[in-house]
Formats: sequence, C-alpha cells, structure tokens
Amino acid sequence: MKKEDVIVKVNEFLTDEFELEADRVVPDANLRDDLEIESLDFVDIAVEIEKEFGFKIKGEDMIGVKTLDDLYNYILSKAS
Amino acid sequence: MKRVVITGIGIYSVIGKNIIEVTQSLKEGKSGIVLDPRRKEMGFRSGLTGILARPKIKGILPRRLRVSLPEQGEYAYVATLDALRDANINDAFLENNEVGVLYGNDSSAVPVIEAMDCMREKKDTMLIGSGSIFQSMNSTVTMNLAVIFKLKGINLTVSAACASGSHAVGLGYHFIKYGLQKMIICGGAQEVNPESTGSFDGLNAFSVREDEPEKASRPFDLNRDGLVPSGGAATLILEEYQHAKARGANILGEVIGYGFSSNGDHISVPNIDGPYKSVEMCLKDANLSPNDIDYINAHATSTPVGDSAEAQALAKLFSDIKTPVSSTKSMTGHEMWMGGASEIIYSLLMMHNDFIAPNINFETPDEHSKYLNIVNKTIPAKISTFLSNSFGFGGTNSTIIVKKL
Repeated sequence: MKKEDVIVKVNEFLTDEFELEADRVVPDANLRDDLEIESLDFVDIAVEIEKEFGFKIKGEDMIGVKTLDDLYNYILSKAS
Repeated sequence: MKRVVITGIGIYSVIGKNIIEVTQSLKEGKSGIVLDPRRKEMGFRSGLTGILARPKIKGILPRRLRVSLPEQGEYAYVATLDALRDANINDAFLENNEVGVLYGNDSSAVPVIEAMDCMREKKDTMLIGSGSIFQSMNSTVTMNLAVIFKLKGINLTVSAACASGSHAVGLGYHFIKYGLQKMIICGGAQEVNPESTGSFDGLNAFSVREDEPEKASRPFDLNRDGLVPSGGAATLILEEYQHAKARGANILGEVIGYGFSSNGDHISVPNIDGPYKSVEMCLKDANLSPNDIDYINAHATSTPVGDSAEAQALAKLFSDIKTPVSSTKSMTGHEMWMGGASEIIYSLLMMHNDFIAPNINFETPDEHSKYLNIVNKTIPAKISTFLSNSFGFGGTNSTIIVKKL
C-alpha cells in the first residue's frame, strides 16, 4: 500500500465521519490540540482503521501517534 | 410547599412529530399503527407496531454528542428541544441555572445486541466503538440530555416499566413541591424496533389483528386481543410556580396530584386494588373528589386482563358520575416507557383545545367497561382538571392530576 492511498482514506473518514473541515486535515496537525480528537474518538478511529485497512490496533500503539502524519505512517507500517 | 406548573411541552410520536401534528391527529382520531413485514420475517406472532422515522440530527448536534445517542435518545432530544423552545428557555438560561432531568426509560436493546454481535464476530472490544456504552445503559436518555443541554440539577433515569414516564413527572413534581429544584425536564422515551419487543411478543401479549392495523388497538372493547407496541418521546418542563411567573412563562397547567402504588402481586397480571389505590392517593394528594375530574386518560393498553382490571378500579370511583374516559393508546399503540409522559401531553392538548380525543375502536363494551363513560368519537369539552393513569410490569402504578390555571 502506498502512503498516498493511506492519506486519501484517512482524510476521507476524518472529514466525513469526524466532520473535520478539509483545510484542518494537514500532515503536521496535532490530533489532540489541532484536530480536537479526544480519547473517545481514538476508539472510533480504531474502528475506521479496521474497516478501511483490515487490522486491529491496540490502545497502547497509539501513544506515539501525535500528528496526522504519525497516524499515516503507523497505518502504513501495520498495513504493509 | 411549592406549587408545580408545566411551562413547556414537546413530543415526537407515531401520531405526529410535533405539537401541531399531534393535536390534529388526536382530533381526527388518527391511528399510527402499521404492519411491519420485518417483524414477521423475524418470527413475530404479531407484526403490528407504531411507526416513526428517525429524526435528522446530523448537522444539528456535533458528532461526539450524536454517537452516544440511541434511537430513543434521538426522539428524546428533539422532543426536549421543542419543549425548551415552548418554555422559552435558551442555552444561556440552562448554562446559568440549576435545571434537572428526570426521564423515563427502561431499555436500550439495539446497542446491546450490536455490541454483542461485534464482539462475537471480531473478538475485539475496541471495535464496538465509543458510543455503544453510552447508548446501552438504561440511563442513556438522561446522561445524554444532561450533557447536550448542560444541565446542572437532578440527573436521574426513572425505570418503572410502562409507568416510567408518569413516575418521572410525579417525581419531578415532588422535587419541586418540596423546594429541591426550580425546574426539571421530565418525560419518557421508548425505542421502536423489533429487537426490543421480541420477547414481549413471545408472551402472546400483542394484538394479531394484522389485516386491520388501525383497528388492532381497541382498549376496553369487548373484541380486543392485545396491545400494539409503539414509542417515541415526550418532554414536559416542570417549574416552580413563582419562578415561572417571575420570568413571565406561559403556564400550561398545574400538577396538583401524584399517586402511586405497587400491586404486591403477579409480575405481569395486573389487579384492581393497586391501580385503585394509586388513583385514590392521587385524588387525596390533589385534595379533590372524583366529581372534580373532567377527563380521565386511561392506561388501558387493549389487553383483555389489563383493561378489565383498570375498568373495575375506575368504576369504583367514577361509574356513578360518568366521567369521560378515553385511552389514547387506541391511536398511538402502547408507548410503554414514554406513555405516562406523552399521555399527559395529549390530555393537555385536549384541555387547551376544548375537546376529548376518542378511544377509537371502542365499539362494544364488555362486562366491566360498560360501567364507564368511554368516549369513542371526538367531542367538544371544557376540561379544567384531568387524571392520567399509567401501570407497568411488576405491578407499578402511577397517577397524575393536572389542573388548568
């Protein structure tokens, strides 16, 4: 899987499902501070990741994921 | 003791999605009952049900607040929005005052089933999603309304089977009467789906008059054969009288009596004494005699045994004076956890529009209902005071009396 494909899918569920404005969805956006994604939202991100990329994540895996780019890279590493 | 008044109402029901539509349906004696093919596919003995569309809340509520709301929570949200608007209460008022919520709800079946299906299939709890726990709990309606409307007073769900909504109003009345709260959002919510009613259908409690859905719910009629499940949500704003007057609120009625009792008997078969005591206690609390009641909104659900017991209980007090009685469940079906709250609203609408809504399908009295003055066609009437009954499994009974100011 290419990173571009990951970016398209992640950005799509962040704008559609999480109702984030497209101009806020940029690689260096901090998930908590810039996108206001809270701990409950990470559970629903796990649901979307399983649906879109076919793997289950563990809560502790997400500790190092701070920015949207971290999330793309994490998904890429797991999905590849 | 404080006086307790109703200053706002909102409803989302199978006979209308707002007060105007519901008033019209009540006047016309319109039924909200249909035959649902999905129920038959699922093995239901009866496919009859009340039906209503899910309200559109995307774009009104942010996602975080939406994902925690189950079906009946959505109904409760839109009914409460309307009730607060009716009471002229805005966000700033809610932010700066101690407003409570007491709401009837006694199930949330679908989120529980979906969570279990997910766990069984995926073997992973996180994949259930973040909203499920908040949708699944019995207190789902009050927890969600309290967060959405930023409520800071009493925050409590009332689970008392089909008397939940009525007890919620009764308890709200007590909280305000005894000076503990100035304003409480009261009501009842009921999910409408096969998953929540399958086990009830299995008790042979539902009408099987599937060829005539609109005639299936026929409380007090000799040829009744069971209830029809239904639902939605109904919200009433209860407020301390002086508080309401001081802010210039439009007062729709005064709650002057709450009666309650427990049958201490069978889990599903009602008796006569329990309901009788509830009505008697309510009259005493209101300091009224049966003669003072202008209209009775009966609990009567269209089951053979239940309607008979209520008819006998009511006849002890009201048969001689021929007080008009109707069960609006003939039109709505049995709104269960919602019914006690919605039926106070139906009665208020009759009170303010000078009519009594019919107990449709009441064609032939039985040996007990023949002693009651059951209204089966819409009639003009001046209602100053009405009484509303609600009874539930386990023998829980609740009665409310409301007076026009």
